[in-house]
Amino acid sequence: MRQESLFHHASSRLLGLVPTLLLLVTISFFLIRVAPGGPFDAEMAAPPEIRANLEAKYHLDEPLLQQYFRYLGEIIAGDFGPSFQYKDWSVNELIARGFPISATIGGLAMVLAFFAGTLIGIFAALRQNRLADHALMGIGMLGISIPNFVIAPLLILGLAIYGGWLPASGWDWSWQRGVLPVVTLALPAIAYIARLTRGSMIEVLHSNYIRTARAKGLPEHLVILRHALKPALLPVISYMGPATAAMITGSVVVERIYSIPGLGSYFVQGALNRDYTLVMGVVVFYGVVIILLNFIVDLVYAGLNPRIRYDEGR
Amino acid sequence: MSEAPNTTATARSVEEVFAAAMAEEDVRGRSLWVDAWHRLQKNRAAIVSGVIMLLVVLAVVVGPMLLPWEADFTDWEHASTPPSLETGHWFGTDAVGRDILARTLEGGRISLLVGLVATLVSLVIGVSYGAIAGYYGGMTDRIMMRSVDIIYALPFMFFVILLMVVFGRNIILIFVAIGAVNWLDMARIVRGQTLSLKNTEFVEAARACGVDHRAIIRRHIVPNLLGVVMVYITLTIPQVILVESFLSFLGLGVQEPMSSWGALVNEGAQDMESAPWTLIFPAAFLTVTLYCFNYIGDGMRDALDPKDHL
Repeated sequence: MRQESLFHHASSRLLGLVPTLLLLVTISFFLIRVAPGGPFDAEMAAPPEIRANLEAKYHLDEPLLQQYFRYLGEIIAGDFGPSFQYKDWSVNELIARGFPISATIGGLAMVLAFFAGTLIGIFAALRQNRLADHALMGIGMLGISIPNFVIAPLLILGLAIYGGWLPASGWDWSWQRGVLPVVTLALPAIAYIARLTRGSMIEVLHSNYIRTARAKGLPEHLVILRHALKPALLPVISYMGPATAAMITGSVVVERIYSIPGLGSYFVQGALNRDYTLVMGVVVFYGVVIILLNFIVDLVYAGLNPRIRYDEGR
Repeated sequence: MSEAPNTTATARSVEEVFAAAMAEEDVRGRSLWVDAWHRLQKNRAAIVSGVIMLLVVLAVVVGPMLLPWEADFTDWEHASTPPSLETGHWFGTDAVGRDILARTLEGGRISLLVGLVATLVSLVIGVSYGAIAGYYGGMTDRIMMRSVDIIYALPFMFFVILLMVVFGRNIILIFVAIGAVNWLDMARIVRGQTLSLKNTEFVEAARACGVDHRAIIRRHIVPNLLGVVMVYITLTIPQVILVESFLSFLGLGVQEPMSSWGALVNEGAQDMESAPWTLIFPAAFLTVTLYCFNYIGDGMRDALDPKDHL
């Protein structure tokens, strides 16, 4: 029964993803095509014949609708086309090069944020309205307020330039070069998750069944581990979807600051160079990643918490 | 519990209740706003943040007029000098001798302006969208909110960047792009609120009097949404400022000769080894502003909407 309804829930959600994806592709396609100025504007004084050849090669001379359906078909086949800027590279190849790096940094940052955030949150909740709580939450608000691109230069300045403990930038898959980017990316999420956990933990600790657990003489750490933790983590789980999106957005900045050749760097470079296919490819690709991760998070949430599953928005 | 309180007690309590009601006469006029204001005043973090925020706004608005330097004036004798009172450049100068204080204040104007205008854009779209969906309900509501859900799942930052790529990087577009992408939360909140408002007696009374739908939305629904909307405005402003500085940091936002805190942080980050002050001052202004707005927003939420979580 429950299995079946979970399956039903999953498939209906999965079906709901289709219009989102279609919208994503459609918006980005038409936005790019109505753009004034083409990608070949920079090729100064290109003779009209060469221009025409280039446009024919990239199918820019076809009617708009035909281009759209061509693009749609290619995307469904998993082909994002050639990059305008990086000659000899297809967008797929660029994604294959950049994404593993971005995903590694993002994944590690996510794990760090989850554990550090929940631990700090629980600690603050247990010290509610005491000095440690106020101090931690004040720092947490600072963590939410300081943008990535301010934290990163400060970390470089302090730990790399003045301290000399870590390399300031670059990427070679060593942990030394990974520390600063991962920490930078994780900090805002740590702060946010800590606040979330604290709030829900406090709420849970005031509930009746926790009082019952305490009344029967269960030691405090067991009360928390066995009874309070799981329901208190639910809001954090549902935050992991938006957190992914935030991480991906943040990675754009982090990769730029630390000169990491990840997908975010390509994206910014593409945006600055008006590399249409690359920008579109990355938007669509990351859109799919975000949507799928949201979907997974949603399923995990529904699996953990059958009570909230069907009455949306409480 | 006991269902028979004796008569004398009842008589007395009627008198008492009446007296109490008389005494409360002047208190009864206390509106939601007065209540909220009292609650906000008790929130020390929010009040301190509000004061700091006012000072920042004042400095940004008035400051550039009082300084001896224009933001784009290049003082060649004092290029790349650290902060000092002697040169008159309190925050130091950048590599071409521009005064960092003047640039920071000038950039703050843009950052705050973007914060206000883009929030206004998202406010107008979000409130009208949410109010219409909530008020008409039924199929209209379902279609409208389903679309919001769909848009919600899109990687929003990337769309703003896409917009900047497509339409070039001008300041009007920054306002509109950020605002146009940021209205979803507002629409959701407003819709929920409208749904509960539309079944209240006074709206029913208006409908019974034959007031038409548009007038009801304008005159009765929207004014009653103000509380929630105020909270979300204060929470949206820092978000929007953050998005703008993010774009400018990447070089996709405000362009030279204009600058914003994000653009200044970007420039500062490039020179930070030789001239850390070019990074630290704009970064501090940006952070303090975001910090204060977040605290004010939190305080407003606690004050106006105490049942809300976190």
